[in-house]
Amino acid sequence: MATCSILPDILCSFPAVSDSYIRLARKTIDDGFRAQVRSHAHLIDAVVQPLQAFLNFLEKLFVNSPWIVVLAVMLAIVYLASRSKAITLGTAFGMVLIGVVGLWEDTMVTLAIVTVATLIAIIIGMPIGILMARSDRVQAAINPVLDVMQTLPSFVYLIPVVVIFGIGKVPGLIAVVIYAVPPMIRLTNLGIRLVDRDVLEAADAFGSSPGQKLWNVQMPLALPTIMAGINQTIMMSLAMVVVASMVGVGGLGKNTLQAINNQFFTFGFLNGFALVAIAIIFDRASQAFGKRLQKHTEVVHG
Amino acid sequence: MASHGIEIRGLYKIFGPNGKAHVEAVKAGISKTELNERHGHVLGLKDINIAMPGGCITVVMGLSGSGKSTLIRHINRLIEPTVGEVIYDGRDICRMSQSDLREFRRHKTAMVFQKFALLPHRTVMENTVYGLDIQGVPRSESRKKGQRWIERVGLSGFENHYPNQLSGGMQQRVGLARALTNDADILLMDEAYSALDPLIRVDMQTVLLDLQAELKKTVVFITHDLDEALRLGDKIAILRDGEVIQQGSGQEIVLRPADPYIASFVKEVNRGRVIQVQTVMTPAAGIAGTFALPSGTTLETAAKQMTAAGVSVAQVLDGDGKPIGQIDLTSLISAMVTPVGHEDTAQIAAE
Repeated sequence: MATCSILPDILCSFPAVSDSYIRLARKTIDDGFRAQVRSHAHLIDAVVQPLQAFLNFLEKLFVNSPWIVVLAVMLAIVYLASRSKAITLGTAFGMVLIGVVGLWEDTMVTLAIVTVATLIAIIIGMPIGILMARSDRVQAAINPVLDVMQTLPSFVYLIPVVVIFGIGKVPGLIAVVIYAVPPMIRLTNLGIRLVDRDVLEAADAFGSSPGQKLWNVQMPLALPTIMAGINQTIMMSLAMVVVASMVGVGGLGKNTLQAINNQFFTFGFLNGFALVAIAIIFDRASQAFGKRLQKHTEVVHG
Repeated sequence: MASHGIEIRGLYKIFGPNGKAHVEAVKAGISKTELNERHGHVLGLKDINIAMPGGCITVVMGLSGSGKSTLIRHINRLIEPTVGEVIYDGRDICRMSQSDLREFRRHKTAMVFQKFALLPHRTVMENTVYGLDIQGVPRSESRKKGQRWIERVGLSGFENHYPNQLSGGMQQRVGLARALTNDADILLMDEAYSALDPLIRVDMQTVLLDLQAELKKTVVFITHDLDEALRLGDKIAILRDGEVIQQGSGQEIVLRPADPYIASFVKEVNRGRVIQVQTVMTPAAGIAGTFALPSGTTLETAAKQMTAAGVSVAQVLDGDGKPIGQIDLTSLISAMVTPVGHEDTAQIAAE
């Protein structure tokens, strides 16, 4: 370049550290990391085993039960949650369509992993969110971690997950949880922090202990926001299931991956639409449920 | 249950990161603006000394920013004092441990808030028994008590409504029922009626006075409305810029405003409802009138009764029924429309 000729070399091409240093650092970190993983194998196993068992159980339950039973249970749950005929009918229509195009079994596998991932995300996310809401310091410490989790490309954190847990369903599940848990944490925190100060003061004035305040006032009033968090978590785990198929998660995601590799246009889109159908079912049912929990806000004095 | 009084002694509140460091400066007379500009601290309360008699309604009056809401929050320590004491039943609330304080709040105090502060996800009944829930009283028992107070404040039939379904006045009735169900000795009312429209406010004042006649709680009532203060208060303390500038009975404040600030307030007051007959009577006991009024009757009531009876002179009787003076319509009416002079107020001082 023209400008480069008049500038000293150091200002023109960036003075990178010598390749050998980077290689050394890379090797040290990678080896150290692997050694750590190897020496803690039993600990990692202890984490993986129960998850594996739970996931397998649910997957078998979903796949092996007759489709009519699964569909009936699903419709019952959707109806009980939403109390809406339209949503229930839509669910029936969507699921039948999925069955007709031959994706029932794969859909069940995906459903199982999304269910487990969402449950784990709630179990992990809610207490962390509560802790964050209680202490500004905890919030200041966790927020950047959440920022990294949400901005780091999902492919990148698949790498340590694979290094630590190997290839398989559970590593995939863990990757999905990592991807899906931030909105749960953030919205639990936000929901609790948004609770009206006047109401909290009233709770204090009547002598509530911190625990009573949390369960009588903060959690119920934060519930709409927390429900939005659960909704987001479900949506994000559905999205991540496709990416996680790269490390061995089966179901619709795996099909999509195959379709990409083999340029199966129609097959790929069918799987995609099946995921969209599940997403819509989950979304509508959970939102309607959240709204129903808030029935006290609906009737307003005129 | 005998009510205990509350005594506030030498209470200071300085808002800011290091309030304690500036107490001496405030005691030495540093002004509110100077404290704020030079030290970045806000003077909330300065040397508050009020004795709130048990079983009476003490009204703390002041305009916004005068520190009245800060003051009431020291009684159940929702705000920590900088220095000072709040004594109730021989104990200093400011020195209680957290668990003692929680017990004190649960069993001895109940509070009604300006913005109602009801729990929106609970029904009227569930809100009413909230204090008992916190105390761990089983619902079967608390619902009975709750029901009684819901009926008492006139909300029967609304037990299963949500606060959102009620008007402001009704919501504050729930707030009052919630406080009363707690069956606490101290009732703290923080601008409880300020958000209500005038007719409903008067209505709620009547509810409070009726209840108080029966319950005899130690009520601390915060307001910015002098008429409300005069109607409710057995004792009134007037706050300005975090300082008590006058305290006494409503009559004392109307007749002898401590400074031009209070005088300007008092000017608009309906005197007939505040001043009592013994204040403006002629203390000669010699003349025996046929028509008698008990001491403590307000001028307005006296005028009403005297005109109804068609008399122009009435006898004033003391608590034992002995005549202590007489009053005629002319002096009565002139006392209602013009500020009473010094010679009249001298009598109050003698009382």
